[in-house]
This record gives sequence, structure tokens and C-alpha cells, in this order.
Amino acid sequence: MATTVTRSYLGTLDPAAPYRLLGIVLGLCLLWPLLQLAQFNPLLLLDPNNIRVFGDFLIQFFPPNLQVDFLELVLTATIQTLAMATAGIALALVIAAPLGLIISYSLSISRIGPASYHPFAQSVRWLARFLMLVLRGIPEIVWALLLVRIFGLGPIAGVLAIAITYGGMLAKVYSEILESGNTLPARAILLAGGGRLAAFFYGMLPGCAQELASYTVYRWECAVRASVIMGFVGAGGLGQLMDQSMKMLNGGEVSTILIVFLGLVLLADYISLFIRKQLE
Amino acid sequence: MKVQANSEAIKTVIHSTSTEPARLYCIRCLITLGLILGLTVLSFMYLSLNPAALFTSEALSSLFGFVGRFFPPDLSDDFLRKIGAGFLETIAISALATLTAAVLSIGLALPVAGRFGLPAKVVARFMCNFLRSVPELVWAVLMVLAVGLGPFAGTLALTLHTTGVLGRLFGETLENYPPAASNALTLSGAGPIDAFFYATFPGIAPQLLSYSLYRWEMNIRMATILGFVGAGGLGQMLFYELSLLREPKASTVIIAMLLLVFLVDAISNRLRRIQMHNLG
Repeated sequence: MATTVTRSYLGTLDPAAPYRLLGIVLGLCLLWPLLQLAQFNPLLLLDPNNIRVFGDFLIQFFPPNLQVDFLELVLTATIQTLAMATAGIALALVIAAPLGLIISYSLSISRIGPASYHPFAQSVRWLARFLMLVLRGIPEIVWALLLVRIFGLGPIAGVLAIAITYGGMLAKVYSEILESGNTLPARAILLAGGGRLAAFFYGMLPGCAQELASYTVYRWECAVRASVIMGFVGAGGLGQLMDQSMKMLNGGEVSTILIVFLGLVLLADYISLFIRKQLE
Repeated sequence: MKVQANSEAIKTVIHSTSTEPARLYCIRCLITLGLILGLTVLSFMYLSLNPAALFTSEALSSLFGFVGRFFPPDLSDDFLRKIGAGFLETIAISALATLTAAVLSIGLALPVAGRFGLPAKVVARFMCNFLRSVPELVWAVLMVLAVGLGPFAGTLALTLHTTGVLGRLFGETLENYPPAASNALTLSGAGPIDAFFYATFPGIAPQLLSYSLYRWEMNIRMATILGFVGAGGLGQMLFYELSLLREPKASTVIIAMLLLVFLVDAISNRLRRIQMHNLG
């Protein structure tokens, strides 16, 4: 009786079961060092001291601080945040437009005719690509942290950090948009002897303008979100206010700022959607 | 009948295109563009930021002086070992956070997709939206209060935010998956959880995996900067070294951050190419 049970059990066993077991064991072996490295310790959440500090802070979230003079402060910071994002994107455009034009292969004269390899053009393009990689590879908050040391606390560091990071990102996307669109008109102009700028303005821009503009507006929306974050390293706006309130463990103020922040992100979302509709 | 209607439609299209001249100006676009330009100028004025002032010789010399202090980067063995530890810590934070969030999100996806009725759906959706809209950095500040400084706080912060994002994405995947198989199980008496694991999960697993990998990529980037508020990883090292004005060490950390971003970019590009290749 017992043998038949064992046999039928073995018979129904999934043939992939040993491999699955091996996979689970290997996964656990990988997971263990990860847990150690991240000092994963859920018991810390239950530590009475931690619970007291965090609980006291959270209880203060209700009700949010709605005093008029604090609300005025929040309003100023909100306007500052919007201004930072707008000015940052405007400067990013100044960086991105020339970089994108240099990088884009669809405007490359050296790619057209035979044997027109040009070492100078090639090296400028590589240099521009490298610059773009560094600009967008370093996160905006790191740029902000560095720039705060040069320009002091305040929105200017934030604006420049947005300009640098988003300049790199926009340059990359611009060059990709220019390469993915219809490149034949631009090529025709280049082949007929036109310059690169003429090829761009007459051959590429009419077809790509909408996509370029709508991506820029989308980046503006991201910049609003980023400018809130950058306040945490002292670069002005709502984030700096939130950082101060958090350091003072003032829960009421933090919850007001959080609510305003969520509203602002939603607003930026709608504005960017609205502008993109207008551009269609 | 239908053919006739179609040809009528074609005729009206041809008619309208042939009689109406192309508009020279799009008034709506011009108004939108004017508004954007005006608001941009206002932003610069509000921040009293004059871009030209950035390029005075005084500003440039202080800028180059500041940059000069970062060279040469500190490449001593001792410090490189520390950087390696920070590197691994960053990856561990992001990997663990993504894994935990993915597991939690599978649990959250069922109510989000409405498998437990409407009230549960509304509650779960609200939860996802809330978790998602609070930025990672704000979660990190809160978690540092809750569990103290260190990588565990960063892991928790990333987990909370990612759960919000993945919960929604997973829920939508679940909603869009053809319900036939799971209906068959439910109709023959299985509960919603059994129906999910035996009928739906095997089908949507690749999609869930690809969403999780995509979020992991973003979380690695995030994990490098969460340290600015004390949540571990390379960011904490950078913040520490910069606070002590040890710029050569800080510049090594920044290089490590750049390397990490490039590495992630390269791997994800390669994977995406393989995936596209497999899809044909």
C-alpha cells in the first residue's frame, strides 16, 4: 500500500521540480548577501524608541498647518518652484539645441558621399556625445549639491542643475527624434549643397517640430517634480521648505507642504497636457 | 450602401482639402507660444537670474577654481575599496527594494484589478496613487526617522514608492489579460486567489518581470542619491565627503556614480535589443 502511494506520488511529481528547487536555493544564496549589504532588519520597525519618534511625528500630520503666514510662505515657495522649472528648461533648451544638432547623424555631411570621412567632424561629434553623457549621467540633485557650493543656497543652483541635466537629456532625445523622422528632405538639401542649418530648418523642423515641442513640455513637467526634490540639498523652492520643516520635526507643516506638492504635480500634469493639445 | 458612404466621405475630404487654402498662421499656437515666452521671461525676472551674469570673468574664475579642487580624484586602494562597498550597497538597496515591492505589488494587484469587489478596488487604487505620488526622497526622510540612518531606510523608502508604481502597473496588466481561463476556474468553484495563481499568473508573468526590471533600472539610479538624506549607498558617501570638503574623494564617488549609470544603461540597452530581436 505504502509503496503504491510513493510511486504514484513520484509519478505526479513535476519533472521540472528539481530545477525549480535548484533555482530557489541559488536565489536564496544570492539574496542572503544582499540582505546583509542593505542591513535588512525589519525588527527596527518595531523598536519602541523608533516607533515613539516616528509616531509622534506622524500624529502631528493631522491637522495640517493652515496658518495664514505659513500658507503665504508655501505659496511663495510654490511660485519659486514653478519659476525654477521654467527657467531651468529654458536654459536646458539653449544647451540641448546645439548639442542635438551636432550629434544627430541625419544632419551629418560626412555621412553622405563616398570617402568623405572627416576626422575633425568625427572628433567634434564624439566630444559632444561625451559631454552629453556626462551632463545627463550625473543626477540633477548631485549637480544641485555641487552648485549650491558655488552659488550659495537658493534657487539659482536649482535652475542651473535642471539646465545641465535636462540639457543633456533633451540633446539625446532631440537627436533621436531627428534621426527617427523622415530624413530624406534634409538629405536632399545637403546633397544639393545646402548647409546643415538650412537642412535642419527647411528639411527637418517642419516634420519634427511638434514632437520636439511636446517632449520639451513633458520635460518641463518632470522639472517641476525635480525642482521640489532638489530643495533637499538647499536649492530653493518647496523642497527646501519641506526639508526645514522635517528637520524641525514639524508634522503639521510637512503635511501642508506635501498636499501642496501633490497638487502642484497634478497641476503641472494638466498644464503640460493642455499645451501639448494646443500644439497638435 | 457602405461603399457609397465611403466614397462620399472621400469626396468631402478631397473637396475640403482642395478648396480651403492652407492656413498661414495658427492663431491658437501663436497665443500659446507668446504665453510660454512671456512666462519664461517672468520666471527669470522673478528669480532675478541674469544668465549673462554667469559668464563674467569673476564667476568663471571662481567656477574653475571650484572645479580644480576636484582634481586629481583620490584613487588610493583604501578609498577604492570603500567605493566598491558603496557600489555594492547601492545595488543591494535597489535590488532588494524592487524584489520586495514586486512581491507586495502582486498582492496589491488583485484588489486593484477589482478581483475583491469595488470597495477594495477603490481603497487599493488610492493606496497605490498615494505611495506613488510621494517622491522617493521624501519617503527616505520619513524612513530615516522610522528606522534610523543607513541602507535599510533607503530600501524601505524605495520599496514604498515602487510598490505604488508596480501595484498600479500590475493591476492594469491583470485587468487587460483575457479573463477566460480564470473565469473557467472561478465558475468551477475556485476562489479568486487560486484562479489568479493557476490561470492568470503564468500568462502575465513575463510582463510583470519586464515591468520589475524596468523599475529596478530606475531604482538603481534613485539609490545612488537617496544617501543625501542619510539612507545609505554612494550618495551618503558623496554627501559625507563634500561636507568635510574633501573634494578629491567626492570626485571619485561621482565617477563611481557615472560608471554605475553607464553600466546600467549599457546592460538595459543590450537586454532591450535582445528582446526586440526575439520578438522578431
